[in-house]
Amino acid sequence: MTTEPVIRLGDVRKAFGDQPVLDGVSLEVRRGEAVALLGGNGAGKTTLLKIVATVLRPTSGHVVVAGHDAVRDAEAVRRQIGFAGHGTWVYDDLTATENLRFWATLGGRAPSDAELSAALVAVDLERTASARVRTFSAGMKRRLSLARLTLFQPAVLLLDEPFGGLDQRARKWLEGQLETFKSRGGALLMVTHSFGRELGIADRIAILAGGRIALDTLRGGLDPDDVQRLYAAHAEEGA
Amino acid sequence: MTFARRALVVAWKDLLVERRSKETLNALLFFSLLLLFIFQFALGPDRERLAGVLPGVLWLGFILSALLALGRTFLLEREHDCWEGLLLAPGDKSAIYLGKLAANLALMAVVETLVLGLFVIFFDIDLGRAFPGLALVVALGTLGLGAVGTLFAAMTAHVRAREVLFPVLLLPVQIPVLLATVKATEALLLGEPLGAVAHWMKLLAAADVIYVVIGLLTFDAVLEG
Repeated sequence: MTTEPVIRLGDVRKAFGDQPVLDGVSLEVRRGEAVALLGGNGAGKTTLLKIVATVLRPTSGHVVVAGHDAVRDAEAVRRQIGFAGHGTWVYDDLTATENLRFWATLGGRAPSDAELSAALVAVDLERTASARVRTFSAGMKRRLSLARLTLFQPAVLLLDEPFGGLDQRARKWLEGQLETFKSRGGALLMVTHSFGRELGIADRIAILAGGRIALDTLRGGLDPDDVQRLYAAHAEEGA
Repeated sequence: MTFARRALVVAWKDLLVERRSKETLNALLFFSLLLLFIFQFALGPDRERLAGVLPGVLWLGFILSALLALGRTFLLEREHDCWEGLLLAPGDKSAIYLGKLAANLALMAVVETLVLGLFVIFFDIDLGRAFPGLALVVALGTLGLGAVGTLFAAMTAHVRAREVLFPVLLLPVQIPVLLATVKATEALLLGEPLGAVAHWMKLLAAADVIYVVIGLLTFDAVLEG
């Protein structure tokens, strides 16, 4: 594992109108590293993730992803990232397979039926491959959204509450996928509210409060209680 | 090749969703029928009066239906944040515009064919020799309407007052298309040959080229917001 930063944020600020959300955030994520971004509601976690994903532009500061400036060269950044935000990006009147085929083709790939089938098997949706997504539960839609990511080989994964709404089996599968992704040198930045076993995937924990990174520490041997205490000390005081 | 495939997959997706949900098509067909009934009652059986207003009435039907259809183009993308997916898809965004435009044109063609058929029946019109020319006018007019409508639908997709703003933006820009289509339709229905309306056809073709090119060039910026 090298220590080259794949995601680099420097003094990033973001305001919506006269309402500041991020007030000088600096953060780095290196190859083969996973950073969990914690923070209270409205702390700006999702905003930060969307800035890295090039969905939003920062008011000021610089964001570099895989060597490309996220503002000036957003297109190059988009070729390097896999993003799963709050929305699942599914069309209710398409089937699971059709949804995957659509996003893969739009992303410049021409996946075979076998590839699509394998992606659905991975998230345990093969039996509902031909069913319209309208009939899916929220958790199934979430799994379909994650299956979409497996069709590409991004250098960077940006995930917003990736474990939210998943059952135990899907959580375990996702943990395995993310570990494999890291071991291949991928950089992962994930937003989470959970202090449970999902944090086990993270190598570092960053707490966002008051528009800034209040704490950026190695997870090391921290157990969930330690993280809870750190969160209480930094996130809730900074909010 | 990739550009064409991306445009096609967007059109395929929109048409498949519409075929299954029939949300827009059902609304448009009902709306068109309603319009025809109203016109029929308002205009009465006076053939001379009817001949004078028929081109305008026909295009009013097309435009009102198109406003309904085009205004919904990007509503689908707001569900489950699919808009984000379109934005983050690498590659030329104009392929998405072209795909959306193709799907809109297909949908409008279905509705216009039906409206035209019902017009013939309701108002007892003999299209006869005028049909090929009229089909060309309708095709060119629809392209102009769809090209700007698709772009403006994207521009207003996230605006709270989009139902009001969309037609307010679209209709003034459509004046050259409306003028040319109504005048050409009037002449063709009066039995004049296609050559007699060549100047209107040239205006329509030029407007179409300009609108489509502007749509292709600016859609990326519109999607980025």
